[in-house]
Amino acid sequence: MTGGGAYRALTILSPVGFLVVWEGLSRAGVLDPRFIPAPSTVVHTLAAMTRTGELPYHVGVSLRRIVLGFVLGAVPAVGAGLAMGLSRPVRALLMPLVSALYPIPKIAVYPLIIFYLGLGEASKISIVALSIFFLVLLNTMAGVLALDPAYFKIARAYGAGNRWLFATVAFPGALPHIFTGLKLGMGFALIVIVGAELLGSDAGIGYLIWRSYQIFDVDAMFAGLLVTAGLGWVATSALDWLELRLLPWRP
Amino acid sequence: MTITTRPDVRTHIAVSGLTKVYPGSRGPVVALRDVSFTVREREFCALIGPSGCGKTTLLQTLVGLIAPTSGSVAVPRPDRGRLRTAMVFQGISTFPWMTVVQNVEYGLRIMGVSPRDRRERAETHVRQVGLWAFRDAYPHQLSEGMRQRVSIARAFATDPEILLMDEPFASLDEQTRLLLQDELLRLWQGSQKTILFVTHSLDEAVRLADRVLVMTAAPGRIKAEVAVTLARPRGYREMRRDAAYGMLTARLWDELELAGDAAGVLR
Repeated sequence: MTGGGAYRALTILSPVGFLVVWEGLSRAGVLDPRFIPAPSTVVHTLAAMTRTGELPYHVGVSLRRIVLGFVLGAVPAVGAGLAMGLSRPVRALLMPLVSALYPIPKIAVYPLIIFYLGLGEASKISIVALSIFFLVLLNTMAGVLALDPAYFKIARAYGAGNRWLFATVAFPGALPHIFTGLKLGMGFALIVIVGAELLGSDAGIGYLIWRSYQIFDVDAMFAGLLVTAGLGWVATSALDWLELRLLPWRP
Repeated sequence: MTITTRPDVRTHIAVSGLTKVYPGSRGPVVALRDVSFTVREREFCALIGPSGCGKTTLLQTLVGLIAPTSGSVAVPRPDRGRLRTAMVFQGISTFPWMTVVQNVEYGLRIMGVSPRDRRERAETHVRQVGLWAFRDAYPHQLSEGMRQRVSIARAFATDPEILLMDEPFASLDEQTRLLLQDELLRLWQGSQKTILFVTHSLDEAVRLADRVLVMTAAPGRIKAEVAVTLARPRGYREMRRDAAYGMLTARLWDELELAGDAAGVLR
């Protein structure tokens, strides 16, 4: 087995081992199925909910909110981050504001957002956008600041103006950092969207979990958690894939 | 900066009374004081001097990255589709996020050359520096010497009238350095560009240049100029055996030592 294969086996070992122990404890009667269902039961529930179309619907709703919120938050964040990284005056002007707003737990702003935008899609998408905005902004800025000034000097020696510095030096150079921000942001986006759906929504994974709680459907609650975990894994893998495609120049 | 049309056909770079003062935290720092010299068209001119004497400041003023405090710099107006001055930097010289061809066509892209034309011109120059097999490679896949070739190709691709080189071979091993010197000479003789080449290696200066300018320690001034009369091509071994080569290097050493001594640098 190659080194990479061995590591891949190790990364599968922990989740599989965890499930096996859990299943074993359930079958041995150590875990009360009224409170903690066996993994096989959860998978059964998952399959049933998929067949009825209920699960795909809620996953689709959450996914759409995450993707739209991600684009809405990341695009301006990259722009602002590049501007702050390139220009010292802009940085001096905006940094205090960013430092003050960044640490606010974004879910705490959600009631306010509902108050402004109502319970519809706009509030869900906005909270996702808000939750990743500062992360991506700060990482983008750090990426520009970490670039060797020599790159800018070469560009300017060939007559590059600000627009060119933006497009050919600052943005591609900061892209690795931007991806770090996006990946961190993906975790936050999931936390926030499920939280927001728990609080006030009529669709989405968070809503599914909340409704299952209200009718004491423990199996479905576990199914919802499993789907959330799966969604997180898929999203992170998608970003990894995109990173590999967009950054072939990294050693 | 005053940029005039060429003062006369024979003079390609005219620097006169150039002074650069940087505002420092402990009072102003004079980097260059009253620097005057000219470089003739198609001349290969080397510039040596103690470290920190303002050589890099001088080149960056010529390329327009730094504005002089006083004095003037005159270089010819370029034709369409050409760059007036192109610079080759020391150390970091390529963009890691661009392939070899993309790096080489960078200057042309900024100049607004159409994608097809610039790709064609870039590919020609990639071939000329022997990197055709690596045209789609990224800099991290290349050696330091190959990266420096890329940056030389990028400069030549813009077809500048004047090439400014800031210790481009400083971080290379001796063998690679000799190899690249030969390549540079070949490119220069094929294109007949004017080159101002900053180096801290006397050997390199003598091997490459028609004329060597010697600068003093900071604040930099031009202290002496030494014509290199050795015949070309200057094969490394033959040159070393040539008595004239020994005399020249010794003379340059003397000038450099005096230049440093004046400021107490090389004691």
